[in-house]
This record gives sequence, C-alpha cells and structure tokens, in this order.
Amino acid sequence: MNHNETLDRSRNFRSWLMDKLLMGMSWPEYMRSLVTPFNIVAAIILIVGLPIIALRFLHGLAEVTHASNDYPWGLLLGWGLFGGVPLSATGFVMATAYYIFGFKEYRPLVRLGVLTGFLGYLFAVVYLLVDLGRPWRIYYPMFVGFGTASVLFLVAWHVATYLTVQFLEFSPAILEWLRSGRVRRWATMITIAMTIAGIILSTLHQSALGALFLLAPGKLHPLWYSSYIPHFFLASSIYAALVMVIVVSALCARFLRHRADSYFLDSLDRLTIGLGKGAAICMYVYLVLKLVGVAHDDNWALLSTGYGKWFLVEILGFVLVPALILTLGVKLGKPAIVRIGALYSIIGILVNRLNVSIVAFNWKLPGHLYHIIPPWKEVVIVLTITTIHILIFRWIVSRMPVIRQEPEFEDEPYNL
Amino acid sequence: MSKEVKEKDPILKEPFSRRDFLKTLSIATGSLIVGSAGSASAYRKIKGYRNSYGMLVDLTLCVGCRSCERACNEVNNLPKPDTPFDDATVFERLRRPTAKAYTVVNRYEIEGSGPVYRKIQCNHCNEPACFSACPIHAYTKTPEGAVLYDENRCFGCRYCMIACPFYIPAYDYESALRPRIMKCIFCYPRIKQNRIPACAEACPTGTLTFGRREDLLKLARRRILRNPSRYIDHIYGEHEAGGTSWLYISGVPFKDIGFPEDIPDEPLITQVKGFLSAVPVVFTVWPALFGMCYAAVKHRYKGKREETSRKEGKDEPQ
Ligand code: SF4
Ligand code: SF4
Repeated sequence: MNHNETLDRSRNFRSWLMDKLLMGMSWPEYMRSLVTPFNIVAAIILIVGLPIIALRFLHGLAEVTHASNDYPWGLLLGWGLFGGVPLSATGFVMATAYYIFGFKEYRPLVRLGVLTGFLGYLFAVVYLLVDLGRPWRIYYPMFVGFGTASVLFLVAWHVATYLTVQFLEFSPAILEWLRSGRVRRWATMITIAMTIAGIILSTLHQSALGALFLLAPGKLHPLWYSSYIPHFFLASSIYAALVMVIVVSALCARFLRHRADSYFLDSLDRLTIGLGKGAAICMYVYLVLKLVGVAHDDNWALLSTGYGKWFLVEILGFVLVPALILTLGVKLGKPAIVRIGALYSIIGILVNRLNVSIVAFNWKLPGHLYHIIPPWKEVVIVLTITTIHILIFRWIVSRMPVIRQEPEFEDEPYNL
Repeated sequence: MSKEVKEKDPILKEPFSRRDFLKTLSIATGSLIVGSAGSASAYRKIKGYRNSYGMLVDLTLCVGCRSCERACNEVNNLPKPDTPFDDATVFERLRRPTAKAYTVVNRYEIEGSGPVYRKIQCNHCNEPACFSACPIHAYTKTPEGAVLYDENRCFGCRYCMIACPFYIPAYDYESALRPRIMKCIFCYPRIKQNRIPACAEACPTGTLTFGRREDLLKLARRRILRNPSRYIDHIYGEHEAGGTSWLYISGVPFKDIGFPEDIPDEPLITQVKGFLSAVPVVFTVWPALFGMCYAAVKHRYKGKREETSRKEGKDEPQ
C-alpha cells in the first residue's frame, strides 16, 4: 500500500518533470520539434567543436591556441571575457533602471536583461575554464592565495560573487516555472539588496577589466592605454547593456514569439525606442570621454599613424556612426532603425574590446599583426561555446517566464 | 673587476632579515576582504630590499659564447636545447626565454660597432609587475633579490606574462596536467648555499658580475666614468620599472639592442594605485547613494499609486 503510494508519487513527479522539460509535448513530438535548420547547424558545430575542446584538455593549450609566450591571451579571452562581460551588463543596467531609478515601464524587459546577464557571466567563466592552464584551480584566488594588489584578484572575486547575485536575481523566474510560490516570495524580498550589490560589483569589475591593462603601459598602444581606461570600460559597458537588450529582445520577439505574451510584444517597439535613446546618449558621452583621453595624454599626433587611423575607425565608425543611426531611429520613431543601430553598436563594443586585448596589445613586437590571427581550432572553440550559450538561452526562455508573465504570479509585485 | 666585487662582498656573510619578508606576506594574505583598503595599501609594502643582490651585465664584454645558457640549462635541469649551445646559427633570429630556456643570448648587428650580444632573463625587479599581477600570490620577492614563482599557487591565467614589461615569464603550454610558468630563479638555491649564480660562474669574459645591487651600481658608474667613450651614460635597470636586480651597461643605445624603452621609472603597480584606491570608496558610497535613490523613487511611487488607485481602482500589476 505504502509502497504503491510512493510509486505513485514518484510517477507523478516524473510526469510533472517531463511535462516541464518537454514543455507539455510527448517525446516523439518533442524530438520532431527539434528538427529545424538552426538546430541542424548547431548540431554540426557541436559535433566538430566538442572534440576540439576535449583535445584542449587532453593535450594542453598548445594543441588549440597559438601557445605563445608573447601573446598569453588570445581570442578565447578577448571574445569570451573582454567581449562577453560588457555585453552582459544587461542584468545590472536593467535592474538598476527598474528597481532603483523607477523606470517602471521597462518591466517586460527586466527579466530578459537579468537572464542575458547571468548567462553572459556564466559563459565568461566557461571561456575562462577553457583558457586557464589549470582550470580545476579556479577557486584558488578565493581560498589559496590572495593577491590583494592584483586587479585580476578583484575581477575573480567580483565575477564569482556577481554570478551568484545574478542567479538569485533570476531565481524568481525559475521558482515560478516550478510553481514554488512561497520560496519565490522569499527570493523577491532580497531583490533590492541584490540589485545594489550588483551595482557595486558591476561598476567595479567592468572597470577592472580595463584596469587590468594599466599594469602594461609599454605594451598597449598609447591610443588605447590611458589612465582613463577603467572609465572607458565602465561607460561603454552601460550602453553595451542597452543595445544588447534591444537586440536580444528583438531576436526573442522574432524567433521565440510563441513564448512571449502580449505584454512583452506590445510594449517592445516603444521600449526599444526608449532604450535606443538612452544608449545613444551614453555613446555620445563615451565618445567625448575617449577624446578627452586622447587630449589628456596629448596623443593627437599619433592619430595620423596606421594605428591612429584604426583608432579613428573604432571611435567614429563603430561608436559615432551607430550612435547616429540610433538617434535617427529614435527621431523617426522607427524601432527597426534602432535595432540596426543597436546591432552595429554591439559589433562596435566587440571591436573595442578586441582592440584593447589583442590588436593594440604588443603592437611593437615584430610581425605583430601576423601573430594575432587566431588558429582555426581556437575559432571553432569560440563558435562552439557561443552555440551552446544560445541553445541554453533558448532552452530557458522556452520554459521559464522570461518574456511572458506566469498568470499565477502576474499580480505579484516586482517590489515597487 | 668582477672578482674584486665578489671578494669584497662574500655572499650572505650576515644573515638577511626575514622580518620584512614575513611582513609583506602577512599583509598580503591577511586582507581577505574583497577590495578592502587592503588592496589599496598592499602595493606599498613590496619595496626592494636594501641589501639585495644583483647582477651587472657589461654588454661591451659579451662575446656571445652562450656559456651562460649552457650552465643555466644544466643547473636547472632544463630539457636539451633545440640547437646545441655551440651552434652559432641560433643568432640568425631573435629569441626570447621560453619554457625550455630561462636565459637566451641574442646578437644584434649594429652599424659601426660590429655585433652586440645581449643576454635576456628575468631582471628580478625590485617591485615586480608579475608579483603585482598575480591574483593568487604565486610570486615572492626574496630579500636576496630573486623573484620566485610557486607553481603550487598558480592556476595559469598568465596575467603575470601580460604584466611583465620585459617579456620574461614563459608558459609550458604543452603540458595538459601540469602547465606552469617558467622563468629564471636567479639561482636562488645556489645563493642560499653561498654560491653565485651558474651563469656568472660560467661566463669566461667577466660580462656578468654578481654582488650587492648597491655596490654594482657604484661599479657600473665607475666604469662609465672611467671610460666614457666605451659606454653610453645609462645604467639600464637602475630606475626602469622601479629598479631591477639585474643592471646593464652598454656601448650602444639600449633601444637598438631590443631593450624595452618606454617603461616608466616607477614600479608598474603605481599605475594601478588610483584604481585600487577607488575600490573602497565604491563599496561605501554606492550603497548609500543608490539606497537613497531607491527610497526616493519608492516614496514617489507610493504617493502616485495611492492617487491612481483612488481614482480608478487598481488595474496595473504594480
Ligand atoms: S622581469 Fe618580469 S618576470 Fe622578472 S621580476 Fe620583473 S616583472 Fe617579474
Ligand atoms: S599565471 Fe599563475 S603565476 Fe601568473 S598571474 Fe596567473 S596564477 Fe599567477
């Protein structure tokens, strides 16, 4: 009797869980729904990429990277850490705007921002795990040795703490998905504290990523090396977050439309314009800041050199032009234009971070531009991890209330 | 000349003071609090040690025989070199220290003065950038002058390699299980046994002079003064990056023989000082600032919400 009851309950639990995981479909239905062009491409990438990641762990970094003593950091960190972290400021920026500054109308985008941020950080850590020489020691800065004068020590602590903070911030969505109302209420109570913790940690480690390079004045090209570099990184991470939310929400509305509710879809155009406006203003401020940086070090003469021209391409072609496109979209009230500008701005952020961490670093070494071309295996690893990132993002958005509200919890306050 | 210093100053006659060393260690490891004032003040505690040893490299005397390379390789049990130590073809390209070689000698063809040889290895900075960079404190600056790396504290981020202004630390990328930083250790075990570093012992031309850094500076100055036509008036390493244990004098400008020249005279950690000291400020000011902001906004909303609910009942889910 008793035994049967347990059996029943576990069977119930199983079917409940399967229902959650398969989104109410049966196995065959679910499998059939997986055969899409996107998934096929993703599968091919994984089939090629995962063995290469395995190679890295079996044979060492030399197998997949340049393994260069002069270029210790390559694409894995340039893309995954330096590019990924500013684009993951979404959680901190959206939560701050909504909870602290009271931009209430952005509510439909807050969760999306937090999820994008959380996964962004999670994957920055994944890239790090692939790139670290001994990844199994990743906790060493927390428990074994404390390089308190090291900016990287700060980054390590902050990224670890902030990852936890973001998980807690996102946990209400998970709990709603699991229909755990009581825990959820408890989890939302700490939102404000978590948001403020997020502001502290984010401002510090976003700027710290730039400050890492302060230690290498002779190696980073003077146009990129500046005592203001922490400010540059922080300022650009804020607009990076705004444009990232524009693009991610647009992609969701396009490809995951059936997971969204009308609350999300109907407000999207209006909010996109609002975000675009904010981003454009930030970008103009950032641009002025960059010019102040050049003036401060009196580097005007360098602008006529080859690197100077590339610098101008970066700040004019990849900051000013996208900012102008955003402005145009806002002025015309055309969300489509804003979205194009936002995508362009994201590319601009990546260009900047790759410039600092790869292109302008070691600029004096002979054959420099040849050395920075990444080996194909490293590129494949980046592609693979990016694919996994997208798949997990989609998995979560498909199941949890991210771009829709869970009817049961709709009326629950978001704390304001 | 090199003999003179060695004899006048036998190694480690008096025991060095461990106090400074322990102090550094306790300060650095004691402040666990993330971004506390500890990070801001730690950088000041790693001053170079006054009685530390150094090495004077007189580049005008080096003939490129690579005896130092061979001695270093043997003493440190490093793997066999790719090209034998008596093969002069290595000079055809410029090399740098690697995971298999703590030191290398390069040749530069300088117009008007024939070939100039330059030995490269860790300079054992007074306030090393590698030390400041490492998040796990894998590096120590010993009172004797050697900058040592502890493999057991390293997770392989390679930030020390990014930070070193002299492009010294090399990484053992080939290893999957035990990759580590490899760099010159200033023959620390030998120094502890009152012996001089193997390279200096092996050098047949007197290019390398081991001694107290202070004395070596005087010696270098004396040489330049006595023979101004032979040397340019610059002791590389006296001030570079806050001063290094290894010092160089040369007959040709240092930039012509590959020495990095845009290194600031202060220790590199001073570049980060401003940023680190802002950290505690953020930790204290931000919560107050944003907490206030939240309170103000909430207050405003409360007022508004009461108003609207009075007017039309609640229909917005806030
Ligand atoms: S030369 Fe480089 S590796 Fe050697 S102590 Fe100085 S910073 Fe460290
Ligand atoms: S590679 Fe190792 S020694 Fe170098 S900074 Fe990273 S943890 Fe420290």
